[in-house]
Amino acid sequence: MLLIDCPYCGPRAEIEFAYGGEAHIVRPAADVSEAEWEAFLYLRDNTKGVLAERWRHSHGCGRFFNALRDTRTDRFLAFYEIGTPRPETGEAA
Amino acid sequence: MSGVFRLAGRGRIDPSRPVAFRFDGRLIRGYAGDTVASALLAEGRHLMGRSFKYHRPRGPVSAGSDEPNALIGVGEGGRYTPNLRATQVEIHDGLVAVSQNRAPSLRFDIGALNTLAAPLLPAGFYYKTFMWPRGFWDKVYEPLIRRAAGLGRAPEAPDPDHYALHYAHCDVLVAGGGPAGLAAALAAGRMGARVILCDENAEFGGSLLADAYSRIDGLTAMDWVARMVAELERLPNVQLLTRCSAFHYGPHNMVALNQRLTDHLAMPPADMPRERIWQVRAREVVLAAGALERALVFEGNDRPGIMLASAARTYLHRYGVACGRKAVVVTADDAAYRVALDLAEAGVKIAAIADLRPVPGGTLVEAARARGIRILPATTIQRAHGHLRVTGAELAPVGEGGAVGKGRAVACDLVLMSGGFTPSLHLHSQARGALRFDDALGVYLPGEAIERVRSAGACRGVFALDAVLRDGVAAGLAAAGGENGPEWRVTRQDAPGTGGFAGALPRRGPGHLALAFVDFQNDVTAKDVKLAVREGFRSIEHVKRYTTTGMATDQGKGSNVNALAIVSNVLGRRPEEIGLTTYRPPYTPVTFGAFAGHARGDQFDPLRLPPMDGWARARGAVFEDVGQWRRARYFPRAGEDMAAAVARECRAVRSAAGIFDASTLGKIEVAGPDAAEFMNRFYVNAWTKLGVGKCRYGLVCRDSGFVYDDGVVGRIAADRFHVTTTTGGAAGVLNMMEDYLQTEWADLDVWLTSVTEQWAVIALQGPRAREILAPLVDGLDISAASMPHMTLREGSIGGVPMRLFRVSFTGELGYEINVPSGQARAVWDRVWQAGAACGLTPYGTEAMHVLRAEKGYLIVGQETDGTMTPGDVGCGWAVSKVKPDFIGKRALALPAMNAPDRLQMVGVLTDDPLSMLEEGMQLVAAAHIPAPTSAEGHVTSSYFSPALGRSIALAMVKGGRGRMGTGLYAPCLDGPPLKVTLVDPVFYDPEGARLNG
Amino acid sequence: MVEIAEGCTLDSLPPMIRLVLQGRAAALDAAAGALGLDAVPPLLRAASGAGGQALRLGPFELMILPALGSRAGLDAALAALPHSLVDVSDRHVGFVLEGARAADILAGLCPLDFAPSSFPVGMVTRTLLDKAGAAIWRTGAQTFHIEVWRSFAPYVEAQLREVGRGISFSLLSV
Ligand SMILES: [Zn+2]
Repeated sequence: MLLIDCPYCGPRAEIEFAYGGEAHIVRPAADVSEAEWEAFLYLRDNTKGVLAERWRHSHGCGRFFNALRDTRTDRFLAFYEIGTPRPETGEAA
Repeated sequence: MSGVFRLAGRGRIDPSRPVAFRFDGRLIRGYAGDTVASALLAEGRHLMGRSFKYHRPRGPVSAGSDEPNALIGVGEGGRYTPNLRATQVEIHDGLVAVSQNRAPSLRFDIGALNTLAAPLLPAGFYYKTFMWPRGFWDKVYEPLIRRAAGLGRAPEAPDPDHYALHYAHCDVLVAGGGPAGLAAALAAGRMGARVILCDENAEFGGSLLADAYSRIDGLTAMDWVARMVAELERLPNVQLLTRCSAFHYGPHNMVALNQRLTDHLAMPPADMPRERIWQVRAREVVLAAGALERALVFEGNDRPGIMLASAARTYLHRYGVACGRKAVVVTADDAAYRVALDLAEAGVKIAAIADLRPVPGGTLVEAARARGIRILPATTIQRAHGHLRVTGAELAPVGEGGAVGKGRAVACDLVLMSGGFTPSLHLHSQARGALRFDDALGVYLPGEAIERVRSAGACRGVFALDAVLRDGVAAGLAAAGGENGPEWRVTRQDAPGTGGFAGALPRRGPGHLALAFVDFQNDVTAKDVKLAVREGFRSIEHVKRYTTTGMATDQGKGSNVNALAIVSNVLGRRPEEIGLTTYRPPYTPVTFGAFAGHARGDQFDPLRLPPMDGWARARGAVFEDVGQWRRARYFPRAGEDMAAAVARECRAVRSAAGIFDASTLGKIEVAGPDAAEFMNRFYVNAWTKLGVGKCRYGLVCRDSGFVYDDGVVGRIAADRFHVTTTTGGAAGVLNMMEDYLQTEWADLDVWLTSVTEQWAVIALQGPRAREILAPLVDGLDISAASMPHMTLREGSIGGVPMRLFRVSFTGELGYEINVPSGQARAVWDRVWQAGAACGLTPYGTEAMHVLRAEKGYLIVGQETDGTMTPGDVGCGWAVSKVKPDFIGKRALALPAMNAPDRLQMVGVLTDDPLSMLEEGMQLVAAAHIPAPTSAEGHVTSSYFSPALGRSIALAMVKGGRGRMGTGLYAPCLDGPPLKVTLVDPVFYDPEGARLNG
Repeated sequence: MVEIAEGCTLDSLPPMIRLVLQGRAAALDAAAGALGLDAVPPLLRAASGAGGQALRLGPFELMILPALGSRAGLDAALAALPHSLVDVSDRHVGFVLEGARAADILAGLCPLDFAPSSFPVGMVTRTLLDKAGAAIWRTGAQTFHIEVWRSFAPYVEAQLREVGRGISFSLLSV
């Protein structure tokens, strides 16, 4: 079980959280092309390496936040609030 | 002393406490401290089981958890547990154990004929043989194979014990309580760190419990262990767990331990859990898992009486048991010489030590020589003789270049083998630690790890006792962040063993028929592994799967390195170029009960009870599970079946009034100055113009444009909405709302609160509903004029605060009375009493479904399947045309989402009014179309309608709304297809006159 | 007082008023003032004032247990500020778990660390008790106030009893 460091509550066990998929996916306006909308809905990188992803502390403070996780090792590199940019970690994505 | 092989004055058993147990029905006597294996060995008995595939007679190879052969069934009835290692099962009075995989008896087993067929059962046998004829697989091959293969049997009665779970947190978890583990725990514990030390055995000490030679600070190894354990017990910051296996190393240092609490007790306390799983979150982990001696791979190496040299030493020093009278030792390592010396000193004759090394030397070898033990250098064991017990060995010289010469037969009743020691890497590997091959030792050692873990002692290739203790201290200090640790002086010890051997022993002749086992538990031989390589398997992972080596419950503890070496030899590549297979959890098997823990029976999952559950139970309702909720399905009267009860409940609602507990509906309060703006963005509907006190049917789509949930929304105030969701969608809708609010629209001043369980909902439906309710609502005017359909009022009912919705999911005049759930039962009782004179009838979820289907109201999740648009289900009218954006807007504009041949919701009537369609039935264009064909649609809801006196159904049909009046066919599994006609989905009161009454 | 393990009791709390306040900092500040608190309690901490108790369950959320008659003052203090104040008195059922084994029993159902250094008196948080959401508030060294949604109460109570049944048989020391 992962140990996830909620930016608001501190480190908590994974079962308190819900996974929210890849982070920084911008929801386009309603007038974009069909291809752009498709990309927003369905196209993801399936990163092998450092992935920016969303979590919600659903059985805790209830807040969504972002995390950088290395999908090869499950190691977290950073936790940060929604709306803040992806932190520089010096590691390749 | 009972047991002719028991040696008085030796071992850690308690001779003053005799213990009697049964093995295969026979009474066996041992002592407190014995295992089933040690007690049987004390009687001179090695035969304890039959093997997996060939049903070969087998005895214990080891004295611990790595035992592959001596697997037994223990206990009776619901407490029967199969496949336990006899080497670990502690005996107690009344214990009942049985051997496995034999019929009719252990000594004579029919299945052993398989061993004669062994040449016909090579690696990949199953893949190769049972291909044809295809029909034979289910009826002939599989049942036969299942009967012949497999280990043990499953218990048939429910498990009467209970099991516990405990989440623990510590600074340092030490897995393994041998010398390295004890040293690490003491080093960390003395610094004040929170330490957990666990060991799978009944007592701490590990290899020291079988070490009569070493001296630490002048103490015997066992006395030193006792002193260290006593100190650890005094430290309040140290948790000691024996009979507790670390079996799973999860991400972020969460390690699962399995503690066995009662199995060793004859009379456990009544409420004592049988086992407890510890989920330990450790800041740092020290693995002190030790090393396992390797078996040697030679013909007949599985005969009972052939065991690891270290096992014989353990039986001698821990249990006071001599495993035989005359032993042959075959070794490639110095350590076996100490075993030979110890056994000789205890009176066991050592017939010979066959050493694979050309020139064995060193202190131990000299000591053996000095004692007069015959040492045969450069000698292998060609084969072992015997059937139910080894009777002799053929020892043969290995010449220059590896050629094996003519051997000589040596009679013996015990063969001890030592191929050197394999560090236990299982937990390190589970922690996703890398492994590196060590040329000097010829084994893999722990490399870099991802987790915060370090190995200490023999599990990282440190073997000399003084070095092991120093290594343990260093690991404990590093884990706890300290510098000064305890120091002990090892005053006597054996030099660390040199040498070792992996792979199949050299032999004379090709040995086409020789069964030399690599993996005892899965009956995989050296020949099988070689064959796999010859057939083209190059990756060790593929060899593993093809031959099943290392895939048994012991996870290749004793076999992996030998298998690797064989592959390496055949391919002519170095072991590190081949790699090692991944070790899977669990390290040792764990009972299902332990995994289930508290989650069993009624407590498997939360059973959520709605407010009127007690009332419904008292009235004899029949219930159904709806997610975690238990809801009343119908209320049968004497003599009624479900159909009769549901028909009566439906008629009551249509003709008088019905009362229904709708409390499980999800409810969310959306409040704040931007509430209306939020609703506009979230729902497909428009909300700005919805007046206070008004309700509207709301529909939620995902951004994919597909319907996600629905429910009535009431506007309580300009800045406050009372949103309802489906029962199953409550949590999901709230999560989706929070998602968009927090991540897309964080600027909005609006907040969401779940009020599902704040408000109980009493649905009062039927033409007489108003008449029943009006006198109860403390003066509120609920007349048709002042409170029409789709309105809401706040008020009170008998003094209880109330949000009253005039809404209907039945098509009748109806109200949903929302009251605080703590007072709902009292309100329900009042309504119930008031309605008695009007024929008020309780109805359940089944009648609710029938009534809504008669009106053509969809249920999200029943008519929809995650690929339906609002238009598909006839709700296109709800979608706002003017809002600049809402969730799903862009997707709903895509051409494919508006294609004319999309599945559309329709009503379906069977031509025969009494024929019932089944939900899920396909609808096709003609009565007889040869398969395969594609369906025109499928049935989503089907009921018998009491109001119409016939069956009705809803279906999703391609372009359905344009096909009204046309026919389709529903193929049946039994009988001819049913002819159906597509109709409008509103079967009852299409004008809605009753609704607005 | 119902003993569920040696020296450990589990009792249901009588009905009480519970309000969920959500809003930005200004609204939380105003509520704290109305409750007689010096400041909004830090995240995951509870505070008590003349007007009641405030439990900081999230960055923008307080659970308020108002003292009798203090609701009007709270409404007045919040009137001019964007906020959401919702009565959830009946949504929850409260329990008190008390005794030397209380923390150990919770650790049978919850992955949090209940060592006093990690979960001190005055800390409150939502978490899980096995498969049910719950809020746990440490009101004393050996006393926990537990809030669960009403329909989960029978499940949670039975789970606490089940853990209590077996807890005496272990020497839990860290
Ligand atoms: Zn949080």
